Amino acid sequence: MPKAVMKRPHDESCSLLEIRKLRIEATSYSPGGAPQNTVIVDDVSLKLEKGRVLGLIGESGAGKSTIGLASMGYGRGGVRITGGEVLLNGRNILAGGVQGLRKVRGNKVCYVAQSAAAAFNPALRLMEQVIESALLHRVATRAEAERRAMALFKKLGLPNPETIGRRYPHQVSGGQLQRVMTAMALCSEPDLIVFDEPTTALDVTTQIDVLAAIKDAIRDTGVAALYITHDLAVVAQVSDEIMVLRHGKMVEHGETRQIIEAPRMDYTKALVSIRSIEHEEKKPTTKPLLSVRNIIAGYGGGAVKVLQDVSVDVRPGQTLAVVGESGSGKSTLARVITGLLPPLSGSITFAGRTLTPRLADRSRDDLRELQMIYQMADVAMNPRQTVGTIIGRPLEFYFGMRGCERNARVAELLEEIEMGKGFVDRYPAELSGGQKQRVCIARALAAKPKLIICDEVTSALDPLVADGILKLLLRLQKIEEVAYLFITHDLATVKAIADSIAVMYRGKVVRYGPKTEVLTPPFDAYTDLLLSSAPEIELGWLENAIKGRRMESAGN
Amino acid sequence: MSVSSAPLAKGRRRIPIGAAIGLFFIGLFLFAATFAPLISPHPLGEIVGDVWMPMSGEHWFGTDNLGRDLLSRMIYGARTTILIAAAATALSFTLGSILGFTAAVVGGWFDMTMSRFVDLLMSIPTLIFGLVVLSVLPSNVVTLILVMGTLDSTRVYRLSRAVAADINAMDFVEAAKLRGEDRAWIIFREILPNALSPLVSELGLRFIFAVLFLSALSFLGLGVQPPQADWGGMVKENKDGIVFGISAALIPAGAIAALAISVNLVADWILNRTTSLRGGRGNA
Amino acid sequence: MRLSAMSPIVRLITQRITLGILLLFLVSILIFAGTQILPGDVSQAILGQSATPEALANLRAELGLNDPAYIRYFRWLGGVLTGDLGIALTSRQEITATLLPRLWNTLFLAFCAATVAVPLAIILGLLAVRYRNGVIDKLISGFALTSTSLPEFFIGYLLVYFFAVKLQWLPGISTVYVGMPFLERMEAIALPATVLTLVVLAHMMRMTRAAILNVMQSAYIETAELKGLRQIEIIRRHAFPNAIAPVINVVMLNLAFLIVGVVVVEVIFVYPGMGQYLVDHVSKRDVPVVQAVGLIFAAVYIGLNIIADVAAIIANPRLRHPK
Repeated sequence: MPKAVMKRPHDESCSLLEIRKLRIEATSYSPGGAPQNTVIVDDVSLKLEKGRVLGLIGESGAGKSTIGLASMGYGRGGVRITGGEVLLNGRNILAGGVQGLRKVRGNKVCYVAQSAAAAFNPALRLMEQVIESALLHRVATRAEAERRAMALFKKLGLPNPETIGRRYPHQVSGGQLQRVMTAMALCSEPDLIVFDEPTTALDVTTQIDVLAAIKDAIRDTGVAALYITHDLAVVAQVSDEIMVLRHGKMVEHGETRQIIEAPRMDYTKALVSIRSIEHEEKKPTTKPLLSVRNIIAGYGGGAVKVLQDVSVDVRPGQTLAVVGESGSGKSTLARVITGLLPPLSGSITFAGRTLTPRLADRSRDDLRELQMIYQMADVAMNPRQTVGTIIGRPLEFYFGMRGCERNARVAELLEEIEMGKGFVDRYPAELSGGQKQRVCIARALAAKPKLIICDEVTSALDPLVADGILKLLLRLQKIEEVAYLFITHDLATVKAIADSIAVMYRGKVVRYGPKTEVLTPPFDAYTDLLLSSAPEIELGWLENAIKGRRMESAGN
Repeated sequence: MSVSSAPLAKGRRRIPIGAAIGLFFIGLFLFAATFAPLISPHPLGEIVGDVWMPMSGEHWFGTDNLGRDLLSRMIYGARTTILIAAAATALSFTLGSILGFTAAVVGGWFDMTMSRFVDLLMSIPTLIFGLVVLSVLPSNVVTLILVMGTLDSTRVYRLSRAVAADINAMDFVEAAKLRGEDRAWIIFREILPNALSPLVSELGLRFIFAVLFLSALSFLGLGVQPPQADWGGMVKENKDGIVFGISAALIPAGAIAALAISVNLVADWILNRTTSLRGGRGNA
Repeated sequence: MRLSAMSPIVRLITQRITLGILLLFLVSILIFAGTQILPGDVSQAILGQSATPEALANLRAELGLNDPAYIRYFRWLGGVLTGDLGIALTSRQEITATLLPRLWNTLFLAFCAATVAVPLAIILGLLAVRYRNGVIDKLISGFALTSTSLPEFFIGYLLVYFFAVKLQWLPGISTVYVGMPFLERMEAIALPATVLTLVVLAHMMRMTRAAILNVMQSAYIETAELKGLRQIEIIRRHAFPNAIAPVINVVMLNLAFLIVGVVVVEVIFVYPGMGQYLVDHVSKRDVPVVQAVGLIFAAVYIGLNIIADVAAIIANPRLRHPK
């Protein structure tokens, strides 16, 4: 589809988008207290030429979304643009007032949000919403706009492109909604689209399809884009250049190849090398520590079966990684092993003993030797207890430690998780995300367990912090000889930490064995899809992956 | 990641003007209620002059429909009103929160039965059900407290059950269960400390409701019975004067309003200071 | 096709209404039990402490108090279902005949209050959202905080004192009769309707504000803003269709409050409605009247709650257009 003829005279000497010395501040109101000012973005400048894609990357709080929205003159919540200029085709849009901004938004610059499910009005049909801005800005007549929308639906690989517009948002899956939102952004033929983490909320096998669809659409329409994400591997696939941000400031800016192959700044280097943890796979020993046999489990008295005939082993001092997408049953497996969800049939042996199905019937030693760490560290700790109490409680409870003895051991544990004694009196709210997860690890270790179940422990963390947690877990495994059952959806994590792997799909284990075996072809169809979908920091990875696929992803 | 630190450093804030006014009035009313016999110029039932005498140096608020000193009756009225309302609130809180917590933690049939029964009670407007029940019960203070406390405990039950159920579903409670902790530890050490702040702010609201409910009942002639005096009853006694331009009834009515607004202001302030459920330190 | 597409919503509504009827049935048991099984003998209450044993026995027999409770209940329920609410103990008149004109008076008063309160609350709620955290919002929420703390009789007598006694604009006692000219009737109920309006206004406004704010903070409103829509268009196309259900919900719940507020207001203005009828007969311990009026109040209250829920079901696009 050729780009429509530009109606306005275009000055070739200026960039499509130029941001100069942008400064953004936010005011937060705490109840009863004086309003507080924080600087979110400070002194960021960038230039974007017509038809180019710039990736903005950084951790949470880096200000990347804020910059993206600033290109439309928009501040979310109490956010204000307090300095700098945003030039679109050479004109400062911030100087045009509300009227001027309205002419830019949805017309020259469009936005694709992270959660399309929330970004669509639940009460209106999709087509109404997709063509809304094209009609509003008189870019096209209704018939034209609808025709254009259908063509875009088709180009983005949506099923039934002629009729999908008649559906309501809740009638369409998440991956499809994300494509509809991209179509919505493209429909008024803007010069620039801001993609704000458009694939982050999707499962990995769906993400690759949406990513490919977005990339094709950008290429074919010649639109320029700001692509915002925290995932370097994703941004490397779609952008021509990358800007690395941290704490609202620019760290490094360059061509994509330069950033991922020859980063200049230390922070960028750390981001690029993130998933290269060296972990030597241990050979399976004969006697398993935990042995799960033929587990069938479900909710509602067996009406919904979530696990079907699952059998896996965990060997002492080793790591079994259970990988799968949402809905594969991997977290249910953890609930069954801990006794929170008694299985319908099957057995679990642990350290030579048979575990009772129900938590309430288990002996204190069984409970002690099998610990758990959660995904969301901030809700896994009682907000009214100090770090000392949180780590000290298992010591009291299992070993009857009191007073000095207990305090000494708490200090030791804090040492082990690389946090100092000063943290003993802190409350969870006074810790950073990574520190919270470390305290949870210390709490599990305090029980001197033989096995720790780690349920997505790194997926809520920023990549660098997650990396630190993984390294810590590996180090602790060496010292304490503890085994891990590591539940995750992220293959890079699996490669970094596992000795053996179980791949789960719709409640079944589809592939299981030592790491090298599982990761060596020939693959079954699902493992192939899963492995080929995990993005890698490598130019041209996306095209190769799409070419080599055998199975359609579940999201379609 | 610049969390915490900043708000902690500020230390204690000044009491906002609204809360200060609220505290002043609450203090005043409590003082009157506590020392009623010592500070009131006349005994409760003594007739000191003509009917509905205007305000004067001798009788600050004038006299009532029987010629009794209105100020003295206001002071004794404070005692009755606050005492009954406080007793009813205490009853509704104890009953509601114990049952609500137990229902949330125990679950199962107990939770089902209790919750459905509370739904049923709440499907009748409180005032109407109160009137229906009071039509057959003896009219005395104990009945009044029991009826008010029991009816109002449904609201406390709902709140505390919801709060406790929310907390009960959190990972840290699951972690305690996996550790093998018993039910007492889970209720008192894990759930209760996190449920306190919403419950405390609810306490103020329930007290206001009790004051208004009691006053409405007394005003309708079904609450505190003469010769006892509470503020709602005093409005009833003096209401006939209004059409003759005698404002005596407005004084106890205004006192009820002042008490309710004051408690509201103070509860609002306390709520704002302690909302940070995320933070362990209440003074942040 | 049309029918099958509508079926889940029809099913939900049917469920809700059935549940409401069941609830009403249970409430009738509760009201009956509340007046019959609690300690306190009705005949004793009527005749007083000094009554002779014979007089008590006679009255008990006359009232059918010697039958088991469940028989008395079904006798009562059967009567209620056929429109016979029984006979008042004190006046010996048929309750239904006395009640109907009073029910009409009460509903008329509540209706008049609602026609003022509902639009006013929604407009003020919208204003508070529009100028969020500004002076208007603060004023409105300050007013709301104050007025939820005020007893109805304080507002009532304050208005009577100034508008009826001092200024003599309006009557302080609302006498109405059958065949009264409309304008006179409106003048008579002006003050009680104002009091009722003030009583529910604050609450309704606060809840409306919260409901609209909830919608205005959703991601799809941001999407609309980023499309370049004008504020008015955003509200018309994106906020309104989603806010209508919660607002209807709020309105219905507050109308239910209003029905309760009527009781005190009627006593203040000596207005011949159901509330005053109820209060009079509670002090006379006239149990059949109390049961009948209590049940009617509960029925209106439950009915409004059902309407609130049904409105929410109908307005939910997920239910209207199932997968």
